[in-house]
Amino acid sequence: MNDITSLSLTHTIIDLKDKKFSPQELNTAYLARIQKLNPKLNAYLHLNESSDKIPVAIKDLISVKDLPMTCGSRILEGYVPPYNATVVNKLASNGISIIGKTNLDEFAMGSSGENSAYSPAKNPWDTTKVPGGSSSGSAVAVSADLCAFALGTDTGGSIRQPASLCGVVGLKPSYGRVSRYGAQAMASSLDQIGPITKTVEDAKLVLSWIEGEDGQDNNVVSKSKIQSPPLKNLKGAKVGIPIEYFREGLDSEVEKVVKAAINKLKDLGAEVVEVSLPNTKYAVSVYYLIMASEVSSNLARYDGIRFGQDRSKFGPETKRRIMLGTFALSTGYFDDYFIKAAKVRTLIRNDFKEAFKKCDVIVGPVSPTVAWNIGKKTQDPLAMYLSDVYTIPSALAGLPGLSVPCGFASNLPVGLQILGQYMNDETVLSVGQQYQEATEWYKERPKT
Amino acid sequence: MVQRKAKNMKWETVIGVEVHVETNTKTKMFCRCSADYFGAKPNTHVCPVCLGLPGALPTTNEEAIKKCIIVGLALGCDISERSIFERKNYFYPDLPKGYQISQYRWPLCVGGSIDIEGKNRKKTIRINRAHQEEDTGKLSHRGNETFIDFNRSGLPLVEIVTEADFRDSSEVRDYGKKLQQIIRAIGVSKADMEKGDMRLEANISVRPEGQKELPNYRVELKNINSFKFIADAIDTEVARQIEILESGGKISQQTRGYNEDKHETFLQREKEEANDYRYFPEPDLLPLVPDRALVEKLKLKANASDPAKKLTVLVAKYNLGEKLVSTLMGQGMVEFFEEAVQISGDGSAKALATYITNRKIDPTKQKPQDLVDEINAKGQNMAGQNQIVEASKEAIEQSEKMVTDYKAGKTNSIQGLIGQVMKKTQGKADPQKAREILEKLLK
Amino acid sequence: MAKIKIDHIAKLANLPLSSEEKELYEKQLSAILDYVEQVESADTKEVEPTFNVIESVNNLQKDQTVSGLTQDEALGNATNKKDGFIVSRGVFENE
Repeated sequence: MNDITSLSLTHTIIDLKDKKFSPQELNTAYLARIQKLNPKLNAYLHLNESSDKIPVAIKDLISVKDLPMTCGSRILEGYVPPYNATVVNKLASNGISIIGKTNLDEFAMGSSGENSAYSPAKNPWDTTKVPGGSSSGSAVAVSADLCAFALGTDTGGSIRQPASLCGVVGLKPSYGRVSRYGAQAMASSLDQIGPITKTVEDAKLVLSWIEGEDGQDNNVVSKSKIQSPPLKNLKGAKVGIPIEYFREGLDSEVEKVVKAAINKLKDLGAEVVEVSLPNTKYAVSVYYLIMASEVSSNLARYDGIRFGQDRSKFGPETKRRIMLGTFALSTGYFDDYFIKAAKVRTLIRNDFKEAFKKCDVIVGPVSPTVAWNIGKKTQDPLAMYLSDVYTIPSALAGLPGLSVPCGFASNLPVGLQILGQYMNDETVLSVGQQYQEATEWYKERPKT
Repeated sequence: MVQRKAKNMKWETVIGVEVHVETNTKTKMFCRCSADYFGAKPNTHVCPVCLGLPGALPTTNEEAIKKCIIVGLALGCDISERSIFERKNYFYPDLPKGYQISQYRWPLCVGGSIDIEGKNRKKTIRINRAHQEEDTGKLSHRGNETFIDFNRSGLPLVEIVTEADFRDSSEVRDYGKKLQQIIRAIGVSKADMEKGDMRLEANISVRPEGQKELPNYRVELKNINSFKFIADAIDTEVARQIEILESGGKISQQTRGYNEDKHETFLQREKEEANDYRYFPEPDLLPLVPDRALVEKLKLKANASDPAKKLTVLVAKYNLGEKLVSTLMGQGMVEFFEEAVQISGDGSAKALATYITNRKIDPTKQKPQDLVDEINAKGQNMAGQNQIVEASKEAIEQSEKMVTDYKAGKTNSIQGLIGQVMKKTQGKADPQKAREILEKLLK
Repeated sequence: MAKIKIDHIAKLANLPLSSEEKELYEKQLSAILDYVEQVESADTKEVEPTFNVIESVNNLQKDQTVSGLTQDEALGNATNKKDGFIVSRGVFENE
């Protein structure tokens, strides 16, 4: 049955224009589905039943005026932001309304959704599995047709990885493309807000709505300075395959699916070239040092005075990262940890610059495995950190990255990651679009 | 073994000074809240940024950066090619973000100096740096609660740091006054210490005379909010330190305040080694790379208002005394004065300057034209308070008899003294005022 | 390998940790440090650090006021407030 909740954002807009249904009917249908499925999936932490336009789900660390915001933490219990994030205002002026705030790992710290203080969201393909994280609720909501599209944030993979594990499209825009104003910072030099959608063209549309200067995020690059020609045809396009992304640690089933996707690109006329990103081995270390350092400072505003509860209410992973970051910045360790990591970050950026001399996009897996059992990695923080090994390097370089559904392994979705040069988000999206049209994996939906 | 210092040992004071100046921009340093908060109701000049709410981000105020550069130029600093904001991390209820955006490794203005008169000779105080940062909220304490007003949170502050070049309290006071004069002359702040838009902290230590190395401790003296108390505060603290050293004690690294009523300094915070600000580059802001053409343009502003040059120019131009001009400059009334002179002619310069300095004109309430009209309306009666006092003193000195008569009860004899004052001021004194002053002096 | 002084770091971070938490974090953080210290082996001679991937500079804002929050909005999320002030437990510095 073709319920209106299964429509892509693009189709929803067309059908609304053609008056096939009203915005009220649309919201009623989504709310009914949420009422039915959310108790099982726990995608939403808070609903806005007065949503009256095309409904978007917003990760609950992006401020929406007068709607409660928890960041997945007990420390923010009862907090209601008195202002809108820039992206929320931009969506509102494009005929979008917020249907709810979605579950996440506390302060976006996690790769499974299990660090939420409000119990984790579940993977709609198999509710014994994690949905990925940290934008877990947003990916679940899109995958289970609980919204027309969603916004997440990606610091080290938090949009792309849950999109991959839930079988939907997720775009991490280039750093500086979208204003972060209003989104609680995790690691300021890495964080970027982006869309999680049912199709690639939806992601492109949402990016066009939310990108651009707002005068409130110093790190947004003016649209006029961005030249990103879309790659119209895959014929003759060069697709780089990083050898480091296909070594030990990559699940063989996932590898098979990703390699088949690469062959598909070849069939479509792309030339596949091998590239090397030799400093990939340092990426997780660099990421944890820089991210934790910034986290320790970004969460210092939580003192329970102007808002929120006292600092004992932080969850275990948050405390762990605050401790690590405080240590990395402290006297005697700053140069060996923070500065050293910032220098290796330059090496990682240079790897990509070199690689992109040989290709238009870089393609590989998003996650080394499909969704794992809930509880499997919660006792081993390091194992959890390593599950982001393919999304972290490009985040450190600020590059755009897209996850597109590309098949199944052990009956669970697998995503194909497409990375582009800095600010070449359009190139990434057009490669994703052409792949999607040729394969239609994106049409697969979980039975719920 | 603790060595007991000889009582008659000579000590040398070593002082470095940090001055914070709140620059007069329309909006705050990193948000566009109005900076005009003085006297406003608490927490009415705030936004998510200066309240440190989740998700808020800073953006840099262009005008504040220009003003910081002008300060640097006026102090002879080099303006950095590239300057980076950093986060200074510490917890305090007046610091909403848990860090202050400041500059540490890459300040905007580096080097520079200020010449002061010194006790016996001119002395050059070296400036280490002038950098841009933001102010904190304001705390007040009632009972066992602390009340916080964030209106001041995020106001632009320029911090000017000297080398440890001062050897006594009078040098510090002279430096403070000179710096205040410069800041007012370049028009970036009222630099009023009582109102808190100029704040002075002195890092004080003492060492045996002849020792070359800096002492291995320093005491940060805060809360000096008036020029009147600078010398006393520092002298009190130096005496305290010498006393401890002479009795064989050790002085710990600490922050002290000054109580002007009790004439003593008191402990505010013991500096523990745990004090680690964990500075790192502010990831939310891009590096500052001042446009060199802009710096050249700002140089003109900074130079044109060089107070030393300006003082000489004004003294020569209007044939006025240095003291009078310096008072005018100190009150920030030069522009007002010059406009008034333009209206009523160079001949009235002295009278105008005297009038302005005596009356404490508020330029926001009165225009130069109003002042000239007011003086004209009063006709000749425009001798200032100081002038009348001076004339009265002279009259008293020169008219022994009238004074004795007055003191003996012949109060009418004051008329004679008033006459003398009128004569000395060429009839420009207000007789009623002259009587009041005379009566006071004769008490 | 560097050893974390848990008490000192917890104090700097203003985190009230139980003794169980301290013990756990000491163990976990030393494992994490053990892993992240591999960055030491990267050759970074003459390499500039990356603090921000955006290569542009300045991006300053004009000095023009924009209205902020009302007092009610500013105080809305504070648990303790009085007479327009936000109130915290007393801090004493003899000020």
